[in-house]
Order: sequence, then structure tokens, then C-alpha cells
Amino acid sequence: MNTVFIEAVGLAAPGLPSWRESGATLRGEHPCLNAPLPAHTPAMLPLNERRRATPAIKLAFQAAEDAMQSTALGASSLATVFASSDADLGIIHRICLALTATPRFISPTDFHNSVHNAAAGYWSIAAGARTPSTTISAHDGSFAAGLLEASLLVQVDDVDALLVAFDLPAPEPLHAKRFIAHPAAVALVLTRQPTTQSLAALNCATTSDVETTLAETALESLRLGNPAARALPLLHRLARRSFGRVVLPMTDQSRLGVELRAP
Amino acid sequence: MNPLPVSTYTVSSAVGAGRAAHVQALRNGTTGLGRVTFDTNNLDCWLGEVRDFDVPLTGALAEWDCRNNRLAEFALNQDQFLDAVAACRGRCGATRVGVFIGTSTSGVQHTELAYRARDVSSNTLPGWFDQRRTQNIFSIAAFVALRLGLAGPALAISTACSSSAKVFAAARRAIAAGACDAAVVGGVDSLCLTTLYGFNSLQLISADICRPADSARLGISIGEAGGFALLDPAGASSLALLGYGETSDAYHMSSPEPAGRGAIESMRAALARARVEPHEVDYINLHGTGTVANDNAESRAVCEVFGAAAPCSSTKGWTGHTLGAAGIVEAAVSLMAIEHGFMPRSLNTREKDPAIEAGILLENRIGSVRRVLSNSFGFGGSNCSLLFGRLP
Repeated sequence: MNTVFIEAVGLAAPGLPSWRESGATLRGEHPCLNAPLPAHTPAMLPLNERRRATPAIKLAFQAAEDAMQSTALGASSLATVFASSDADLGIIHRICLALTATPRFISPTDFHNSVHNAAAGYWSIAAGARTPSTTISAHDGSFAAGLLEASLLVQVDDVDALLVAFDLPAPEPLHAKRFIAHPAAVALVLTRQPTTQSLAALNCATTSDVETTLAETALESLRLGNPAARALPLLHRLARRSFGRVVLPMTDQSRLGVELRAP
Repeated sequence: MNPLPVSTYTVSSAVGAGRAAHVQALRNGTTGLGRVTFDTNNLDCWLGEVRDFDVPLTGALAEWDCRNNRLAEFALNQDQFLDAVAACRGRCGATRVGVFIGTSTSGVQHTELAYRARDVSSNTLPGWFDQRRTQNIFSIAAFVALRLGLAGPALAISTACSSSAKVFAAARRAIAAGACDAAVVGGVDSLCLTTLYGFNSLQLISADICRPADSARLGISIGEAGGFALLDPAGASSLALLGYGETSDAYHMSSPEPAGRGAIESMRAALARARVEPHEVDYINLHGTGTVANDNAESRAVCEVFGAAAPCSSTKGWTGHTLGAAGIVEAAVSLMAIEHGFMPRSLNTREKDPAIEAGILLENRIGSVRRVLSNSFGFGGSNCSLLFGRLP
């Protein structure tokens, strides 16, 4: 498979509030504090959509807007891949609860926000992007599956793309059945050609190699506590400008080997 | 792009199980929709329910048991699809065959049942509820990969009602870049109260049967379906995916852009990728949900790209709107039209809405069909157009 280039990174997780503010932590210069993620107001969203946006959508925007701050590329020009294991289990909870009541009343806003591609829909409106957009799930391997899909989109369909992975904890009683420890979102802008902003050249291919773990306990616990945070070994290398290979979990049968080189 | 051969395909919907049942019903004008009871649904509506599939999964598949995976299992067992995949797996190797499955709600009906059975005092769900293997969006793709013994790249695409059209685009990219040698694509969505009461909250459910493009249409009839196709560049087949287009409306979460701009760009992208001119397309299978807004916007878009004379129809009068499975169901209908040389009419359409200028077929048309374009549009403004044709 061909090379794509990482143009920009966005990040939002406890202790890692943005890509710019997280470099020192990812480089091990100071410890990862388990600080709650500050609430985000999606600046790009028109007021009408902002009012209707759910926590899952705001979380996706937090990382996506963060990534867009470090690129000169226009949001309207980028194709998008949104990757989430469960998108918004808070809505699934409210709907399933409402269906046990009499009469059964589902909020129309909840229903249109319940589609797995809700964040992608809001993003296309916010960015004015009529570009191709896909939303995928591969459970705990959603980040790697999304990265593979985004990299294929860039290589084969000849577009630059924004990848946004996000997941957040479910309310009880669903939380006991689907454990996501904390909110996390990661965004990457991927381009066909290197630019002056490029952070790395990236190649990926499926592999059966063992997945990469992180030595720092706090970062490893973040990584395991959220499907989007499975991206952390990749971000760890990018923050250190330490090129090389990481292996990310994708499905039960296959993992994704990601090779990073100087752009 | 180079045409990507469709080695084989299968579909199961309210119309019946497998391809032959669909060809027969499409020719005879027999709808699969009925005023049937489902679960505890008390809405006044027609449903497209698949018959005879709802039996528990057993053995190694038991822990995946839910309505959606039962429907997948049933659909996989039609048209010797399992044999075709086994042969492909034998030739390529399990790790070289990808799995790309579309769904809008996966096994959420299982979660509905779990909430009904929850312990209110302790706020806990029953022990039998396995979220990962039922409700999670990826469940359906993981189940299909497991059932078919495939270990290549696997993912679920969930872009509402365009989901299982977009799997063709994702699979083609993966094959073109060498991420896999062949791919199983498909879509499965099953009846659940979430979508019934959800669409009802948006006042989109019709009490009357779904009547696409009819002047008195009232909205959608929800259906369920499962379908699959094997895309294999080395396969012996005369049918192929010629092109695809994917765009976003960037307009509204649950209403189509009235001028159909996103739809126009999606159809044009499919034609451009295939290097096919509009006049070379013989029939257009519309998204055609039967809502006023969808059918009007899509008609404008189709007229803009193909002109008002181009033959087109929605086949949702047969199957209902199968949501995340609509893409694969209508891909299958498109392939049947090419294989069997007929264009299905717009079933249940009595009088065409004067606001709709597109060339809606009110009778089946018999004759050579070389190329078909199929539209699938979803919430979030997600558009996908697929172009199928015969290989020379």
C-alpha cells in the first residue's frame, strides 16, 4: 500500500486536552494527570446545530477542531472518516428506556442524533463539506480500522482526509455491559502529498504482530480505557518525533502495522 | 476505475429468501409489505418483515444470538453464497478476504429487550445481554467474518440509509490498494422499536402502504433485510461494479437538501469514475423512500443528471425501507435488472405526483439493461450512488 502524510493531529482525553498542550506529557517530560476533560463548545457549529449537539458530537468536534488549527487546508476540502465503537450510548439508553414506558415517546432530536454518523453529519454542516464521508465501527479496533479506511480513501480516491475517532462512557445500566472508562477523541489530517506542515509519512498494512503497549502506567491505562485512545502509541511516537513502527489492535483476527517515517 | 466483478450475490427481504424469489416478485408485482404484528409495536403502519428466519443461533454462534445476526445467518444461507465464499477463501486465503458490512442499528433490538427485562431496583441489565456481540455496530461485521471464516480487514459502515451502498466503495478501495484480494460486502438491518418509534417521532411513518412518487404518498414503510455480494477481481462473472460516488449534503441532519445538490454530485461522481455518460445508463433504482421531501429532491437531481426521460423507479413498494440494508437490497435489484433484462416499476404508485418530473416507471419494462445506477441517501446528508453493469 502507498504512503500518506500526517498533516495535523487533534487530541482530547483526560490529561491530554489538546495536541499542542499534550506534547510534554506524551514525551514523558511530566506525568499524565488524570484531569477531567474540559467541556468543549464546538466553535465551528452554527448555533442551531450547536444547541442540538450531543456530548459525543462535541467530543468528536473537540479533536477535529484541534487538528484543523494546525493545518492550512480548508475543512470544506477534506473527505472525512469518523470511527467510533459505540458513538452515543447515552441516546441508546434514553431511547431504550423510553420504549419501556407508556406511551412510548422518543425525542425527534434524540432519534436523528442516534445515527452512528451523527457527528459526521454535523461536521459536514459545520465545515460546509460536501465531500465523501464514511462512519465506521470496529469495536475496540475502531481507530485502526478508521485509519486504514482513511488511508485507503486518500490513496485510491485521491483526496485529503480528516479522520476522527471518538468514544465516551455510557450511562448505567449500559456502562456495566460496555466499559468505556473515560472520554477520548483523536483526529488526524492525512494528505496525498507532503506539505511544509507534514509531521510524518505513514504506511499501514494488516499484521499478526503483537500490539504496541505504552510503558507509562497512566498513558497505558488511558489507552486501554477507550477505543479512540488505542491511537496513543502512534501519537506517542509523533510527539517524540521518533519514527518507527507501532502495531494497533483492529479485529480479533488482525492488527494494523503502522510505519512512521520522516515526511 | 477498472470494473470490479461481482462474483455472486444474495438478498433476503420481506419479498422472500434469495434471488429467485425477488425476481419473481418483481415481475409479478407482489409486495412483501403487510399489516403484520411485530414485537409490541402499536403504530398504525405497514411492515416489511422477513419470514421464517427468527430462530435462535446455536453452537459456536449462540453468544451472537439476536434478531440482526439471525437475519444475517438466514441471508448467508441462500443462493449457495456460503459455497462461493468458501471457494474464494480457499483460493485467496482467509486473511486476504475483507468483510465490509453496512447497518444502521445492528442488534439494538436486543438492547430493547434487555431494558424491558432490566432490574429496576438495582438498575442492571440481565446476564444474557452481551452488548459487544449484539448491539454494538461492529457486531454484524464480526459475526459475518466469524461465520464465513474470514480474517481480512473487517469493519461495519454505519451511515444510516446509505450504509450498505458505501460498503462497495470501501471494498473497492481496499482491493485496489492491495489491502485484500477479494471482499464480502453486505448489509443487514432488522426490525426494532427504536427505528419504528424514532421515524414516527419525525412523522415519517405512513399509515398507508409506501407509495413512492405517488401524489398522495404519506411516508415510509419500514422493512428489514439482509444481503451480501462477493467482490472478486479474479472471479468469473459478467456482472460488475463500474463506479461509485459518495458525497455529503452539508445541509440538515434529517432532511434532504431540496435542490438535491449532494445527490447530483454523488451520481456524477459514479458516472465519472466509470467513464460512463448519462445516456449510457438504462435504468435508475431510486432511493425513493416515499416521503414528500426525499422523492421531490431526488427527482430534481435525477432530472438534472439524466433528464426527465430516463427510466427510474423506487422498489421500496416491494421491500419497504430497509434502512442500513437498503443499499445492498437495491444493488441486488439492480443486478437482477441487468441479469434478467427488465426494469421494475414503482409499485403502489397510482398517480405520479405532478411535482415529480423524473421518468418514474408505472409498468415493468422488459428489454436489455446494460447499466443501472442505484441511489442510497441517509440521515446526516450521506449520499452514495453505485453504477453496475455487464462486463464486455
